[in-house]
Amino acid sequence: MSAVNREQVLAWLADVPDPEIPVLSVLDLGIVRDVRCGDGVVVALAPTYSGCPATDVIEANVIAALQDRGIADVSVERVLSPPWTTDWISAAGIEKLRAYGIAPPEKSAGKRALLQGDLVVPCPRCESQQTELVSEFGSTACKASYRCTDCLEPFEYFKCL
Amino acid sequence: MTPEQLLTAYTLRLGDNALVLGQRMLELVAAGPELEEELANANLALDYIGQARLYYSCAAEREGQGRDEDDLAFRRHEHEFKNLLLLEQPNGHFGDTIVRQVLFDAFYQLQLEALTRCSDTRLAEIAARATKEVSYHLRHAERWLLRLGDGTDESHRKVQGSLDNLWRYTGEMFSADDLDIGMQEHFDGPDLQAIETAWQDSIAGIVDAATLTLPVERVMASGGKQGVHTEHFGYLVAELQHLPRSYPGATW
Repeated sequence: MSAVNREQVLAWLADVPDPEIPVLSVLDLGIVRDVRCGDGVVVALAPTYSGCPATDVIEANVIAALQDRGIADVSVERVLSPPWTTDWISAAGIEKLRAYGIAPPEKSAGKRALLQGDLVVPCPRCESQQTELVSEFGSTACKASYRCTDCLEPFEYFKCL
Repeated sequence: MTPEQLLTAYTLRLGDNALVLGQRMLELVAAGPELEEELANANLALDYIGQARLYYSCAAEREGQGRDEDDLAFRRHEHEFKNLLLLEQPNGHFGDTIVRQVLFDAFYQLQLEALTRCSDTRLAEIAARATKEVSYHLRHAERWLLRLGDGTDESHRKVQGSLDNLWRYTGEMFSADDLDIGMQEHFDGPDLQAIETAWQDSIAGIVDAATLTLPVERVMASGGKQGVHTEHFGYLVAELQHLPRSYPGATW
């Protein structure tokens, strides 16, 4: 098989969506940690949450996407260290989240953001700062539920990790 | 026991804790007191099951006997599970569930922080992943304890009862056995004495903030770490393992 280069593989991966937040590609999400091209292609992926049910689907989608491009020998490697953080979501990804109606995570998702209770999450629809936390948990492991008290719309917040 | 075997057994025990608590919380799926809490509970359960898979995969590879994570979860007997007794206690009412969560997560968080500094890279990596999740869980459970303790007379009375009842299962977390001691000696593992001090401080703080009273009970139950369980555990294992036992080799 003719050798494929890393840039080409990355370009293909930009078309592989996250199954739960399909506006984001696996690249936007920052979970692609490495691509190694040799006889085959190895893609190193960082799981977001230990129990995220999307992990298996993402791995299968990455393999399928590359096989569709004619690469027979594709494997996926899970890397736990360093652990994935929302800081790795790309700038483009942050904008896509906002446009999709999900409030993007704050930067520097360290302990401060994780443990400090009352951060201000602007409404992704009307940009109001008058919002309130409905629940720390949402429709997926990575999101919390908020409500805007100005436009009254409920929305989700991609929580810092 | 060689240091390598010790590390495998210790990892397996971490997996047992995560699996058993995850299984208990899964029993609550579709039974949450409100929608938000339903989602929260399911999310937490998912994290524990995910962590259990990481520990079990690691332990299975290390023991090198051809078993996989499913064998460890579904094809071991009751006495082979070495989880803490606290985690197998029934969900009871919501206050019982929350107290169990606070007591364990406050410990688990300290245990994980210590494990991120242990000399085994793989376990340290899993701990670094899990500690982020558990700090979120702990915050959630602590807020509920505040709300229930400092809530109505009835919620206060009930959650104080939960605390009094579950307290006897907390001593086991800090009683170091051969595995804990070996883990500390060979792999710079957690120092349970230091963890106990930090845990007592943090629990005393949250209990006080919730206007509750720390139990005076000093007689502690133990046995989980050696595979000697309370009467509730057999039922949990039976339900957990029902499908793979009844339909060996079943796949999705």
